[in-house]
Amino acid sequence: MSEPRRFGLFLLLAPAALWLGLLVILPHVEIAILSVSERIAPRVYAFGLANYREFFVEPLYWRTFARTAVMSIMVTALTLLLAFPVALYIARAARGRAKSILFLLCLLPFWVSELVRTLGWMILMRETGVISTSLQKIGLISGPIELLYNDGAVVLGLVYGGLLFMVVPLVNALDSLDPSLVEAGYDLGGSRATVLRRIVIPHAMPGIVAGCIVVFMLTVGNFATPVLLGGKNGLWFTEQIYSQFITRFNWPQGSAFGFLLLALSSAIVWGGLKLSGQSLGQTLRQG
Amino acid sequence: MRRSNALWRLYVAAFYLFLFAPLFTVAVFAFNASGFASPPWRGFTLAWFVGTGAEFGKPGVLRDRAMLAAIANSFEVAIPVALMAVILGTANAFVLERAQFRGKHVLALMMLWPLVIPGVILGISILAFFSRLANGLEDWLQRDLEFLRPGHTLMVLGQLSFILSLSTLIIAARLRRFDRALEEAAFDLGASRTRVLRTVTLPYLRPAMVGAGLVALLMSFENFNTTLMLVGSEPPLPVYMYGQMREGATPAVNAVSLLLMLFAGGLATVAVMVARHD
Repeated sequence: MSEPRRFGLFLLLAPAALWLGLLVILPHVEIAILSVSERIAPRVYAFGLANYREFFVEPLYWRTFARTAVMSIMVTALTLLLAFPVALYIARAARGRAKSILFLLCLLPFWVSELVRTLGWMILMRETGVISTSLQKIGLISGPIELLYNDGAVVLGLVYGGLLFMVVPLVNALDSLDPSLVEAGYDLGGSRATVLRRIVIPHAMPGIVAGCIVVFMLTVGNFATPVLLGGKNGLWFTEQIYSQFITRFNWPQGSAFGFLLLALSSAIVWGGLKLSGQSLGQTLRQG
Repeated sequence: MRRSNALWRLYVAAFYLFLFAPLFTVAVFAFNASGFASPPWRGFTLAWFVGTGAEFGKPGVLRDRAMLAAIANSFEVAIPVALMAVILGTANAFVLERAQFRGKHVLALMMLWPLVIPGVILGISILAFFSRLANGLEDWLQRDLEFLRPGHTLMVLGQLSFILSLSTLIIAARLRRFDRALEEAAFDLGASRTRVLRTVTLPYLRPAMVGAGLVALLMSFENFNTTLMLVGSEPPLPVYMYGQMREGATPAVNAVSLLLMLFAGGLATVAVMVARHD
């Protein structure tokens, strides 16, 4: 390579190197170091695994972690279940203009901030909210009911937030299914359930995996929805990270928590990719 | 068969109702003449947009200093983020599609990483790293570098860390479809490298660059997780709204939400039009 060309390449690579180096790699090295630092005296730190030990010793921490993981899996499964019939409808039943309008309508709410959507659910579900008041008016309940600040509200908010990221990859995957394959399935005497199970779902698998990975990742990393809809009962692991970093100013502990969350999220992403045999690039482009 | 089709259709209708119920609710209660965003309906008012605070004790969005400051903060963060996302994203797109060097595959993969790192972790890692940097430089230079502490600069950098992945993907996708014969023709006609770039390649990339800029603007405006960790004393709109919502928000938050929806809708329309134009 000639000198000027080498210089040109160097210049072209500089933004990427600065970005990935200063904003991604070095910051993660920093929290990796912090997470294995123990405070032995004021402003004096030494290597040690006390922060990770603390996580396993203190029930609140590991229980919140396990709860976050389990609820995120539930949310992902529920999102898939709710989104699949709609994606199937958009991809297979709707035609022409109706199809593109339905698809666009699906995207619309997600151009709006997560906080606006959460505010909507709060107004609908609180004790003095729209649902409680309406139910009283039609006489189904006698006094106000509080629908917020429980696990159901948190799951609802998280499922709602994940829908788009499930519908889009599902529609993309189902769109490429050849209708004659489905017809052949019926012609050979397959029932609706059999065709769905043996033809449609296997074909949609790449989309299902892509959607599940993205929804799980966003759910595990969510902060505002569990805090606002769950209140004190939200207990989400990101909240623990926030409180260690910002409220208690215990950065080593917060970094250890951050690494544990990163490990959980990366394990699921990696496992999902292995399961489907797709690359990260393919999967992200689906969404 | 027919009945199950009807059920399917009914389900799809219910799904869309579910999708729009919270947004519709937020919008409606922005106009309720009451101190709380709750039923009953007490009549139509614009006080939560333009009111002085005489009626409900709290001013409307457009006269609320703290709210306007939050909106201004959001723009001060979003505009640099969008500009840098487009400029640096274009450079990255050339790296991915044109440059040949060892380790390109690894670099291409690394550019996707920020999209699979939870936003909260991007936030704390950048906070911790830049604090160490600031402390080190303070010992060395004997002065505090304010911009490395939580505030506008860190929010811009934190948001850029993952928005740059998106803008790179968008611009690289278009560069991949570019017909190199067009550039070769320009070279054959005697144009210089810069001239070809300026008159052939960049104009071709422009729709993707505009699209990436709009997406970046919107993502920056709406980001909460990463921003929350890096915010200083001047919160942008989502962080300010979060604070209000925890304390029990007045319908002024509904009003600003409605403005935000219109803003997002406007940006989305422009983005779709640019994409269709191309």
